[in-house]
Amino acid sequence: MQTAWDHKRAEEIIEANRHLDGAALPILHALQHEFGYVDREAEPLIAHALNLSRAEIHGVVSFYHDFREAPAGQHVLKLCRAEACQAMGADALADQARGQLHVEWGETTADGRVTLEPVFCLGLCACAPAAMLDGRVVGALDKARLSALIDQARR
Amino acid sequence: MTRPRIFVPRDAGALALGSDEVERAIIAAERKRGFDIKIVRTGSRGLFWLEPMIEVETAAGCVAYGPVGPEDVESLFAAGWLDGGPHALHLGRPEDIPFLKRQTRFTFARCGIIDRLSLADYRAHGGLRGLERALSLGPAEIIEEVTKSGLRGRGGAGFPTGIKWKTTADARAAQKYIVCNGDEGDSGTYADRMLMEGDPFCLIEGMAIAGIAVGATKGFVYIRSEYPHAIEIFGRAIEIARAEGVLGFGVAGSTYNFDIEVRVGAGAYVCGEETALLDSLEGKRGTVRAKPPLPAHHGAFGQPTVVNNVISLASVPAILSNGADAYRDVGYGRSRGTMPIQLAGNVKYRGLFETGFGLTLGEIVDDIGGGTATGRPVRAAQVGGPLGAYFPRSYFDTPFDYEAFAAKSGLIGHAGVTVFDDTVDMARMARFAMEFCSIESCGKCTPCRIGSTRGVEVIDRIVRGERRAENLVLLQDLCETMRFGSLCALGGFVPYPVTSALTHFPEDFGGAPISAAAAA
Repeated sequence: MQTAWDHKRAEEIIEANRHLDGAALPILHALQHEFGYVDREAEPLIAHALNLSRAEIHGVVSFYHDFREAPAGQHVLKLCRAEACQAMGADALADQARGQLHVEWGETTADGRVTLEPVFCLGLCACAPAAMLDGRVVGALDKARLSALIDQARR
Repeated sequence: MTRPRIFVPRDAGALALGSDEVERAIIAAERKRGFDIKIVRTGSRGLFWLEPMIEVETAAGCVAYGPVGPEDVESLFAAGWLDGGPHALHLGRPEDIPFLKRQTRFTFARCGIIDRLSLADYRAHGGLRGLERALSLGPAEIIEEVTKSGLRGRGGAGFPTGIKWKTTADARAAQKYIVCNGDEGDSGTYADRMLMEGDPFCLIEGMAIAGIAVGATKGFVYIRSEYPHAIEIFGRAIEIARAEGVLGFGVAGSTYNFDIEVRVGAGAYVCGEETALLDSLEGKRGTVRAKPPLPAHHGAFGQPTVVNNVISLASVPAILSNGADAYRDVGYGRSRGTMPIQLAGNVKYRGLFETGFGLTLGEIVDDIGGGTATGRPVRAAQVGGPLGAYFPRSYFDTPFDYEAFAAKSGLIGHAGVTVFDDTVDMARMARFAMEFCSIESCGKCTPCRIGSTRGVEVIDRIVRGERRAENLVLLQDLCETMRFGSLCALGGFVPYPVTSALTHFPEDFGGAPISAAAAA
């Protein structure tokens, strides 16, 4: 479970990682791991610690798909949309997931339970179609297996 | 009596198919029966249609069973699987399974066989012999050996590894780096992931050899965030290697120092391009750098850097331990050695097939892959990931070789082969290629950043039948501009899937079908 944004804790995390070569990404990953997203307030803190401009740090945060501006839902379901999964019917599963959850890509269900995200390849191309629910990988998805997975996430 | 051993794969692919549930069922059954079994956690052998494939060590060697579900475990014990007893899931000796028997495994010799986090097991299966030989040879001779082996970059570009190393070795600097590109973003590829999860010490050994060869004391492995299992296993392997003296001050008791740090990507496909990867490693936006200067002269943090793919580096220990000639003797034309071909998507026998270059695409898809998983006819195969061309059946006589694929306006890339059956809509695949490029473009150069969005729009118009002839010319022109005007392979290669789909499957774009002979 992620903790709420905490200025002081963020400063500690930045301090613990600033010695690394090219520390920005490790810091951002650590912050997101702790808080579930990268708060805007973190940007000037990182910029100060790394002697960079706030604009540079904002540029980095906004470049990468991984870093969130706001916390995700309780569970994150990533569905692979890449070619190997498409060859095994991923497009239909994507429609099913959006329909079942009543969300579009990147959105969170109204009850805050599930965020649905696209992912372009999990390296499970020989077990397609594939998905990841909160870091747990699931392969050989079909309608029923996806439906069960979504039910699991909603509970 | 020694404890019987059961080998359970914990590769992400096996996990995705339920190997951890099987492991729990085995432990529960073992307790119930009062057995004392040792479970060895391995990577995957790469036969994913048989995963979870569990191996049992018997007096007559290992016997495989698969695909095992948790519900099968009781009956497997009842059938006496600890002695290799007969069962519907009985596969016999793994080495005798045709898919494995036909392979030439140099790089993946240990993957799926050894306890992936036991250095003792690694050593018992030939590990560290390459490093020992490297230490006896010294830098210049290591590079000579790698050059002689004919190894070319396995990330896709196919640049001779020995020459790259020589360039960095000749550069003068106080600090040099080895950067391993583990940002395996191409759909249809998973060899890097399998190796990092199944035989991490092999990559560590290869990187240490590279470090000694070029005079680098520090290595980075950049692993994509979509690979949490690889990140975890490889990180643990580094700690073990450090604790046992393989990494750190005095590599394996020598006077060379070398250490490795894992860096995690953040979901940007373009960071698989080596210069974007370097910028990302430095903590910046992952934008592509213009070359020159080459990373070999001016790479990570401005220092001379070898940037190699996981498989390139992991091929080095076998080259050193078996000798360059043994590696070079396998292959085809200027493509020497072996390539781990990854069969993906809609194919019956899905998995990793390491073999010398030179098999035809048809042999790979039909013979080794067994056709489609759905049982429908194979319509197309995309080789080399999202930037690779779609080949129709009429091109299936193309030998798997860097030059042969280039001659047919394709590429082998990282050797992923994604198979599609006859239900595929090739116009949709072409559109997806452009859409993917527009999502993942780093934005530095105009042809890629804007061209990809315009590409999606033009394809939509063609499919709708809007001024079709004009828009087809426009699309070809746009592809030319992207191909020759983009800084890197993302914008530069995305025309491959688009134009190949258009050339070989015009009927999907609302045009008249042309015969296969005319396409070839």
